Amino acid sequence: MMAKKRMFLSFRKRQVLGGILFSLPFVIGFVLFFLRPLAQAVQFSFSELVLTSTTYELEPRGWFNYLYALQRHPEFSRKLTETLTDLATRLPMIVAFSFFAANIINQDFKGRTLVRVLFFLPVIMGAGVIMKLEIDDYSFIMLEHAQEGARFGGAALRNIFENSSIPEAMMEYVVGAAESLPTVIRASGVQILIFLAGLQSIPRDVYEAASVEGATAWEKFWLITFPMLTPLILTNIVYTVIDSFTVMNNELVLLIRETMLEGAGYGVGMAMSMIYFTLIAIVLAVVFAILSKRIFYHV
Amino acid sequence: MTPATRHKLRAYFTSFLRTVMLIGICYVILLPLIHRLSTALMPIEDMYDQSVRWIARTPTLENFRLVWVHMEYVDAFWNSLKLSTFTSVLQVGACTMVGYGLARFKFPGSKIIFAMAILTLMVPPQLIMVPMYLNFRFFDIFGLLGEHALNLVGTYWTFALMSLTATGFRNGLYIFIMRQFFRGLPRELEEAAYIDGAGLFTTFFRVMLPGSVPGLVVTFLFSFVWQWNDYLYVTNFMAGKNFLPQALEGAATKVQIAIDEASALASTSGFLDDHFYSLINNAGMILVILPLLILYIVLQRYFVESIERTGIIG
Repeated sequence: MMAKKRMFLSFRKRQVLGGILFSLPFVIGFVLFFLRPLAQAVQFSFSELVLTSTTYELEPRGWFNYLYALQRHPEFSRKLTETLTDLATRLPMIVAFSFFAANIINQDFKGRTLVRVLFFLPVIMGAGVIMKLEIDDYSFIMLEHAQEGARFGGAALRNIFENSSIPEAMMEYVVGAAESLPTVIRASGVQILIFLAGLQSIPRDVYEAASVEGATAWEKFWLITFPMLTPLILTNIVYTVIDSFTVMNNELVLLIRETMLEGAGYGVGMAMSMIYFTLIAIVLAVVFAILSKRIFYHV
Repeated sequence: MTPATRHKLRAYFTSFLRTVMLIGICYVILLPLIHRLSTALMPIEDMYDQSVRWIARTPTLENFRLVWVHMEYVDAFWNSLKLSTFTSVLQVGACTMVGYGLARFKFPGSKIIFAMAILTLMVPPQLIMVPMYLNFRFFDIFGLLGEHALNLVGTYWTFALMSLTATGFRNGLYIFIMRQFFRGLPRELEEAAYIDGAGLFTTFFRVMLPGSVPGLVVTFLFSFVWQWNDYLYVTNFMAGKNFLPQALEGAATKVQIAIDEASALASTSGFLDDHFYSLINNAGMILVILPLLILYIVLQRYFVESIERTGIIG
């Protein structure tokens, strides 16, 4: 009887029931383990935390922390603009590079396994405790100094382009891209893996059908591979943005931490982070709005 | 030139170009690791010697031995392995289900739930760590427990609860990845299953999951690696326990103390030598990331195998 009933579950009912069943755990977790702490954090940003010997108290301060951060803090506004500009320039480079790299290592060639293992290294080394120790590590700092030398390559490139008619803004971007290539490569590990997994899940018979129809490799790339990967381009944009919070040279995050611990206070630091993340959220919402219409999904 | 030779030439050219590029990229990626390994193999004298750059004059495993002993590596390894396996299995399970729910069902509120998942990503955990800690220290669901609020800090429940509800570290990303994967699978598969009379969960487990193996493997890898290296959650919720990140962070100081105690007259006594710290830290970092590399080498085969699998199904 049950089985029969289920069989005749209408399309619409199945959609609603399935959706709710599958996403319910997250909704519960969201309220209990995310929304509550976040609400508290927002409350902190409107107050000052006063530690007493046994407990803590919150002194309400209204918008004071926000106004202080934006108007009176000597560095916050400048670093906020810098961090956001930096993200905006690096984002396209990382997404483009990882897309390109994933396509290369998806090809068939000798030593592919080795290369894939190597490409995974930045994911392991650029996270958590490893990164935390790296900041103060003597030998790592020495290595960074040694690589400063590589930046002279950028100066040479600049000289070559100097007398050409290329617009200055474009030249700056190209030179900047060349200079930050090592950083881009090391920040692309996760994105490459996401693209690679995406490439692997494209059914092979689609390509076979295209070959039978006489499509060239170029056509197959633009008409199959690229559209099929567009959902993951969005994924990687989101990831790149959230990853930028934890990059160790994110000066804004360092400034916020410093403000909380020894600067203008915990409340001001909280207000600063709220401003930062609201801006990031707005940027992502815009990216979503622009891209979601251009993405290919099986409907 | 015949078309055959032209074709051959082109193949040679692309493979040459590919090799050059891959060597360049791999050089950039490998440089820090090689540097780390070469540092870890140096005796302290080589660190002060300006003429020693990459290859130790007298390579030694002494740093590894010291860090192995003082990290209590075996103990820390098992603790981290248990915690990472446990959380990543739960997280992958929960996030896959939520991702599927958001990818394939149209229901009122689905867009809001998706926006919620992205929101959990937008807020870095450092920011809400203090309230999160308080939340678990006095755990209580909407005041139901009143005075008897539970203290979950220091137990695996903190990780279990967040993982089961897909709200652990970067879980929004896993939901997102899985959602994108499921949206990329052809709809005909599911419809055929429903027409054959399969229920919601049968369709999910028997039809949709096998088609998304690359997504599952990637999500599992991320989840495992980030839990393994995680410093923030483990130090806050599991303070005082010996997991690899804590062990690694404390190792250099412990080694220093041990050496000072062994030779009370040591001139370096009480002096934090950054050269020496660097040796110990580098050896420790290699010990921490080595298991992750092995895991990846084992799992990356699934990427390749799954090509054929999706080939059959698609």
